[in-house]
Amino acid sequence: MPGFSLVHLEFLGWAAMWTLGLSAIAFVGGGLVGFAVALMRISPIRWVRYAAIAYIQVVQGTPLLILLFLIYFGIAIVGFQEVPALIAAGIGLTIYSSGFLAEIWRGCLQSVPKTQWEAAECLALTPWQRMTRVILPQAMRIATPPTVGFLVQIVKNTSLASVVGFVELAQAGKLINNSIFEPFTVFMVVAAIYFAICFPLSTWSRRLERKLNVSRR
Amino acid sequence: MSAVVKLSNVHKSFGTNKVLDGVSFEVGRGEVAAVIGQSGSGKSTALRCINALETIDGGTIDVCGHAVHDAKLDRRSLRRDVGIVFQSYNLFPHLTAEQNIMLAPSCVKKVSKSEARDLAHDVLRRVGLAEKAGHFPEQLSGGQQQRVAIARSLAMQPKLMLFDEVTSALDPQLTGEVLKVMEDLARGGMTMILVTHEMAFARKVASQVVYMHKGKVWETGPGSMLDSPKTAELADFVGSGL
Ligand SMILES: Nc1ncnc2c1ncn2[C@@H]1O[C@H](COP(=O)(O)OP(=O)(O)O)[C@@H](O)[C@H]1O
Ligand SMILES: [Mg+2]
Repeated sequence: MPGFSLVHLEFLGWAAMWTLGLSAIAFVGGGLVGFAVALMRISPIRWVRYAAIAYIQVVQGTPLLILLFLIYFGIAIVGFQEVPALIAAGIGLTIYSSGFLAEIWRGCLQSVPKTQWEAAECLALTPWQRMTRVILPQAMRIATPPTVGFLVQIVKNTSLASVVGFVELAQAGKLINNSIFEPFTVFMVVAAIYFAICFPLSTWSRRLERKLNVSRR
Repeated sequence: MSAVVKLSNVHKSFGTNKVLDGVSFEVGRGEVAAVIGQSGSGKSTALRCINALETIDGGTIDVCGHAVHDAKLDRRSLRRDVGIVFQSYNLFPHLTAEQNIMLAPSCVKKVSKSEARDLAHDVLRRVGLAEKAGHFPEQLSGGQQQRVAIARSLAMQPKLMLFDEVTSALDPQLTGEVLKVMEDLARGGMTMILVTHEMAFARKVASQVVYMHKGKVWETGPGSMLDSPKTAELADFVGSGL
C-alpha cells in the first residue's frame, strides 16, 4: 500500500483553497448580512430591534451542523433537487457568521459614546452621514481586532461543511485516510495547514488589539 | 415677534421625575441669556429641548421660526439654525480640528472642499487657533478643544448658539480663553443662551439672567438682579458663591 505522498499533499493543498474560498464567502456574506442586522439591532424602531435580536439569538443558539443540515435539506424541500454543496455550505456559513458579526459590530457601534452621535446630529448631518463620517470610522478601529479574531472561527468551522458533501480541507483528509489508512500522518498535515492559515490571522488580531490599546492609552 | 427663542409653559418629565415644570422665557435677537441654577434644576434639559434633543410633554418652543414642539418638526433644518456646544467638547477624535469644522459645511451645506477649508481657517482664527488646524483633538488642551468645538458650530453660521456649561471641565486659566471667545461672539451680535456657573461672566455679558429652581424659572431679569435677588432661593444661590 502506498503511503502519504506528494499527490496527497497536492490534493490537500487544493482542498485548502476551497476552505479559504468558503471562508471568504462566509466572511463577505456574513459581513454584509451581519452589518445590516447590527444596524437593525440599534434601530430606534422597536420591532426592527426585536427582529434583529431574535435573528441573532436563533442563529447563535443553533449548532452550525444543524444549520447546515437545515439549509441543505430545506432547499431540497423547497424544490431544488440538486443543491450544489458550495451553495448550501456558503449560505449556512453566511448565516452563521452574520449572527456573530452582528453582535460583535453592534457592541462596537454602541461603544462610540452617545455624545458623538448627538454631536453629529446637532450639526444637522443626515443619519447616513452621521454613520459613515462620524460613527463608523471610530467603530471600525474598535471592531477590527475581534473581527479578525472571528475570522479564525470561520476558517475552522468550514470543516463542518463536509456534512453537506463539500470537499474542503478536513473532508479531503478523511478521503485520503480512507485510502491509505495513515490517520496520524494525514490529520497532522491537515492540522498543520489549518494552523498555517489561522496562526497569522490570530497574530494579526492580537497585534491590532495591542495597537488599539496603545493609541487609547 | 423679534424673539429668536420663545418657550411657553414647557413641561418635561423623565419617568416620574418632573424636570421642567412650566418653563417660559424668551430671548430676542442679539440677546445673551444666562441660565443659572443649582445642579439638577433642569438647565441642560431646557437647552436640549430647545435643540430638539429631547421631546417635550407640554407647552410650546419656537426657535428661529421652527415650531420645535410640533411632531412634524424638521430637525435637520432646525439644527442648521442652532449651534450647540457641550461641556465635554464632543469633537470627533478621528478628525483634525480643521476636518471637524469642515464636516458639516461640506455634508450639509454642500460647499466645496476648498471653500470649507477657507471657512474652517476663518472660524479658527476667530477663536484664536489658526495654527492648530492640523491638530487632532487629543493633541489640544481642553480649552483649545472647546474653542474648536465653538468654531465648529460657528462654521454653520447659526442664528442661535447654545452653550451648556462649556467651561465647567476646564481649569481657571483655560476657562478665561473660552469665555473671551464667547464674549467676542456676544459683542458681534450673536444670539446666545448659555448655562453657566460663571456669575461674573453672566453679570458682565448677559442681557438677561434666568434663574432656574426645581424645574421652574424662579426669577428672571437683567444681570443686575444678581446683586439684588428678590427670592430667598436666588439670594442663597448667589451667596453660596457657586
Ligand atoms: N436622559 C435623562 N434620563 C433621565 N433623567 C434625566 C435625563 N437627563 C436629565 N435627567 C434628570 O433631570 C434632572 C435635571 O437634569 P439637568 O437638566 O441635567 O439639570 P442641570 O443641567 O440643571 O444640572 C436631573 O434630576 C437629572 O437626573
Ligand atoms: Mg447640566
